[in-house]
Amino acid sequence: MAALMAGFGLYTHAIVRGIPASLAKEALRTSEAEVDVDKARGEHDAYVEVLKTRLGLDVVELPADESFPDCVFVEDAAVVCGDTALITRPGAESRRGETEAMKRALKALNLNVVEMTDENATLDGGDVLFTGREFFVGLSSRTNQRGAEILADAFKDYAVSTVPVLASLHLKSFCSMGGPGLIVIGSSEPAQKALKIMQQMSDHCYDKLTVPDDIAANCIYMNLPNKGHVLLHCTAEEFPESFKVFEKLKDYTLIPVSNMEKVKVDGALTCCSILINKKGSI
Amino acid sequence: MTTETGADSEAKQPQDTNETEKGKTKAAADPASPLKQPEQLPAAVGHSTPARKEQEPQDDDQESHRSSISHLSKSPLRGVKKVKIMQCKVTLLDGSDYTLDVEKRAKGQVLFDKVCDHLNLLEKDYFGITYKDVDNQKNWLDPSKELKKQIRTGPWNFAFNVKFYPPDPTQLAEDITRYYLCLQLRDDVVSGRLPCSFATHTVLGSYTVQSELGDYDPEELASDYISELRFAPNQTKELEEKVMELHKTYKGMTPAEAEMHFLENAKKLSMYGVDLHHAKDSEGVEIMLGVCASGLLIYRDRLRINRFAWPKILKISYKRNNFYIKIRPGEFEQFESTIGFKLPNHRAAKRLWKVCVEHHTFFRLVSPEAPPKKFLTLGSKFRYSGRTQAQTRRASSQIIRPAPLFERSSSKRYNMSRSLDGAPITENHDTLMKDSSADGTAKIIAKGDIITTVTTEKKAEEEQAEQEDAAETPELAASTQQRRDTKDTEPPVGVAKHQTNISELKRSFLETGDSKPGLTEWEKRLSSSPAHSPRADEAPMIEPLEPQDTEDEEPAGDERKQEEEPKATEATGYLVKYMADSVVTEGATSSGPHGISLSTTMDDDVFIDGTLREAEEKTPDSQDEVSERSMVKISPGAVRQEVSQAITDKKGTLIILKDDTEGKNTAVPGEDTEDTGLLSAPKDKETVQDDIAVVVKAQMTNEVETPSLKIDMKPDDMTPFKGMDSPKKAMASWISQEVKVEASEVTCVSAKEVREMKTCDGLQHKAQIFTFEEMAHSKQSKSDPTQNSLFESSAASLAVSTLGWVPSSQKTSAESEQKETEAAPAESAEPAGELSEGGTKEIPVVHTETKTITYEAAEVDSNGDADPGVLLSAQTITSETTSTTTTTHITKMVKGGISETRIEKRIVITGDADIDHDQALAQAIKEAKEQHPDMSVTKVVVHKETEITPEEGED
Repeated sequence: MAALMAGFGLYTHAIVRGIPASLAKEALRTSEAEVDVDKARGEHDAYVEVLKTRLGLDVVELPADESFPDCVFVEDAAVVCGDTALITRPGAESRRGETEAMKRALKALNLNVVEMTDENATLDGGDVLFTGREFFVGLSSRTNQRGAEILADAFKDYAVSTVPVLASLHLKSFCSMGGPGLIVIGSSEPAQKALKIMQQMSDHCYDKLTVPDDIAANCIYMNLPNKGHVLLHCTAEEFPESFKVFEKLKDYTLIPVSNMEKVKVDGALTCCSILINKKGSI
Repeated sequence: MTTETGADSEAKQPQDTNETEKGKTKAAADPASPLKQPEQLPAAVGHSTPARKEQEPQDDDQESHRSSISHLSKSPLRGVKKVKIMQCKVTLLDGSDYTLDVEKRAKGQVLFDKVCDHLNLLEKDYFGITYKDVDNQKNWLDPSKELKKQIRTGPWNFAFNVKFYPPDPTQLAEDITRYYLCLQLRDDVVSGRLPCSFATHTVLGSYTVQSELGDYDPEELASDYISELRFAPNQTKELEEKVMELHKTYKGMTPAEAEMHFLENAKKLSMYGVDLHHAKDSEGVEIMLGVCASGLLIYRDRLRINRFAWPKILKISYKRNNFYIKIRPGEFEQFESTIGFKLPNHRAAKRLWKVCVEHHTFFRLVSPEAPPKKFLTLGSKFRYSGRTQAQTRRASSQIIRPAPLFERSSSKRYNMSRSLDGAPITENHDTLMKDSSADGTAKIIAKGDIITTVTTEKKAEEEQAEQEDAAETPELAASTQQRRDTKDTEPPVGVAKHQTNISELKRSFLETGDSKPGLTEWEKRLSSSPAHSPRADEAPMIEPLEPQDTEDEEPAGDERKQEEEPKATEATGYLVKYMADSVVTEGATSSGPHGISLSTTMDDDVFIDGTLREAEEKTPDSQDEVSERSMVKISPGAVRQEVSQAITDKKGTLIILKDDTEGKNTAVPGEDTEDTGLLSAPKDKETVQDDIAVVVKAQMTNEVETPSLKIDMKPDDMTPFKGMDSPKKAMASWISQEVKVEASEVTCVSAKEVREMKTCDGLQHKAQIFTFEEMAHSKQSKSDPTQNSLFESSAASLAVSTLGWVPSSQKTSAESEQKETEAAPAESAEPAGELSEGGTKEIPVVHTETKTITYEAAEVDSNGDADPGVLLSAQTITSETTSTTTTTHITKMVKGGISETRIEKRIVITGDADIDHDQALAQAIKEAKEQHPDMSVTKVVVHKETEITPEEGED
């Protein structure tokens, strides 16, 4: 029997992309940090390995493109929900070209690909939080109202609410889903404020898991056959306090994933993959 | 989607009705045969309007009112007096038309019931009937109003639609109900009102096919069998193929199962059950306002830019083409804020307001609020009078008939629409509803076009309507302040109306416990969350993120109360019931503090009767009012009985019923009796009067109206007295007190009426209490006609909260008490009249709402004696805190050899903040009792005055 919106966190495929050398110098960042590309690649390889080997996803690995220093952060290039993929129009001009390869990959997966062609629209996937029941779209320096509208058009089944994001790069710079109906949220004031807005806008009830560090609130939840609840989250080394919070989650397969280098260029865990469920799609 | 244009109609009624009626009635009137008029047939509809207006006898409306009493006798003295039968065409959800005849003066309910009967539908509260207004907007037919008042022009064409989309269709009791819901949703989807993705179209389509055609059978079905059906606004071959693919997998699925699956998917769609209205925000940006089960959603384009859950909303109002919501202050805010939206026109604003009122009542309240009392209210009297979801759920759980067999008509509409013009929608209601579709940008324009045809006459209407509206805001505002339990306000009308069997109703009252839809969702969430178990041990870690909504539960109560308040007015007559009801619901749900506080307040020794009176500006709608009013009256008796029955039932287990009633007041056992010996209660007129806050309101009445009112009302008003005792008992038992309970119910209408009540129940000495209040009213209303219609009136009022208690003592005869009451009001009423006269003309328009509620111990001893007694001592003590002023007035009197100590305590609470009146009241009573344990509370008067701030009132 066909049922929509079932199986939140169920994925079969992932799309990732390599790290170009240009990341070190040219990737956009909000801080001045130096990035060690090799380290970053090491991290990324480990991340991909978890998806592929540990979790058994079909991972599509797109090659890095030197002309797109930020290309590893594939999340911003597309939003996939169900069998529909919206190719975004990233807010940073230097990143617009990243969507080409993404589009091809998604089409190859037989997804219903929708493109954002409106030149007034910008949207980074990092500003899109899908809770399983609805979308929240952060209105940030990278994402505007028009972009959100187009997203709403692409995913008509769901409510799409906008949330102003002022203090950080993306909406998901301080939050993500930690399970069905569970929002992991950073404890900073802007994060908490954004959460308040989300809660006000929603018809649904969510639980929240507050972690001390905003960026640690970005984790990856999956619900996989034979594995149950899986959470990829920060390491103890990186965010010891937040790590402790995650550690307390029961009935989860907890997988700490190091992200020390990529975070220097504002890359969080969710940024580095696009997760797709092909089985459930019709 | 929209609702009925009540405000407009109310406002324009006087001038407008006759004319429009003419158009309609004319047809009925001119051929000699009183029954079916061929001209009224839908086919002939096109020309049924202005051209013939002139021919209509001018007195048509009055005629019908008058004939209302005797119309059944069909005596053909004159053609006009015969019952006029109108033919109605109702487009059903499957696209077919159902033609039926109803009396011209029939209420909307009649038509609705007939259609539901035709459809074999029991769970009908989710549905409604729509019609198009002159702007081609879809309006909900008000069941409590006459059809002819609502269909002012054009043919009597209607559509049957889902009005309240159940958030969880699995909770519907019958498959047939789900079937109709499915039909509505299919249409919503195909028309684009319910947007969904390709995948959803596929899934929904496949279930549609399964339910309609059964299992996929390649031999029976042509290869393109599916193209016959419509699934999406833009149906593609690809979609059809996908639908077919899925259909093949459903072998063996019954239609009912398929529909269940359909609904399970459809209900998750974000626009499921959202009624959209075009508007502009304060900056002129085009937005959409969506009314749904959980609250009000604000969309810009397709984006949700804000959401106000019902508990967040303190008040809704509209004025002219503005619609306002007052928002409960957030965590960090100190003050409420009011947000205004501009709607395309006044009617749209009112429609939106009505839809909000209805949705809020249906989904949030345990029981509906009674509409405000016609005579004394300002603003719209509109209230949702049907059953609430909570009630209807209880009721449906009582359905015991075997699942009805029904034929699932193959979706004609789809075929039809296709063949006609390719447009998905053909039926008139579709077009109507389109108005509310999400992609209705073009709508406004279209609307605008239509509007251009509007003439000055219309303007006048609108203007009048505006005046009315101006009044409206205050009404709600007042309600905001006063927190009465919504539950209390039991809409007698609706219940009685809908109620099919008592046990159903009982049920619905008893099981209100899980009435909050939010909760269920919440619980579901909780249980499904993987974090659930961890949370148990690590409570601090994962927290529910919806403190807002959870908190809301309580506030919700308040909110209701506020909104409820006005309703209570209409319910004066039913006050007893209302209280009883609240008690019950409270017990069942324990959701709202108010009902509880009420009941606890009057805990032991005193049972309190309450009168609620509300004085407000009256709008100049005469006919409507009359009809509405009389409508309302119909039910009380029945309701009361049901309620009481329900209560009794419930009680049964808990408490023993006390049966003391009928004018006979038994002594109160316990403490009270002791007191009785010691003191008598000489109450003199003045004291009584004191207790009464004098409310002056200018009212606009027109003479014509008054008489008609009387006629309509009296019979109805009498009803309350019957069956009155049962609720009392019930209440008493609930409180498990052996207190004599008395309830008197009087609806204030005209002096005449009041008097009648008295006469009719000599046994009832309860009536007195209310009587004086009522008298005051009636006086006023009486005087009004003389003043004639003044539109903008001002209200001067005097707000006092008085808590007076007197040692209980011997009761005097009912008669004497009555006397007293009669006298008292007379005096207070006089000034009132004067004031109102002056006020109407000179006082600047200050929108003030005043409300007085009196709770009086049933056994208030009346003195009746003309002897005022001798005043021994009097003492007044005043104390003040920031927001309250407490004045205690102690008088000792000797009267007829018996001394009475009477203490009156006035607490005046001032402030902007939300005051929980019930709590304050409860507190005050509690304190009073503690301070004077040997005395009993005999009377509680709550008087509330709300001033409408100019911002709200004006714009």
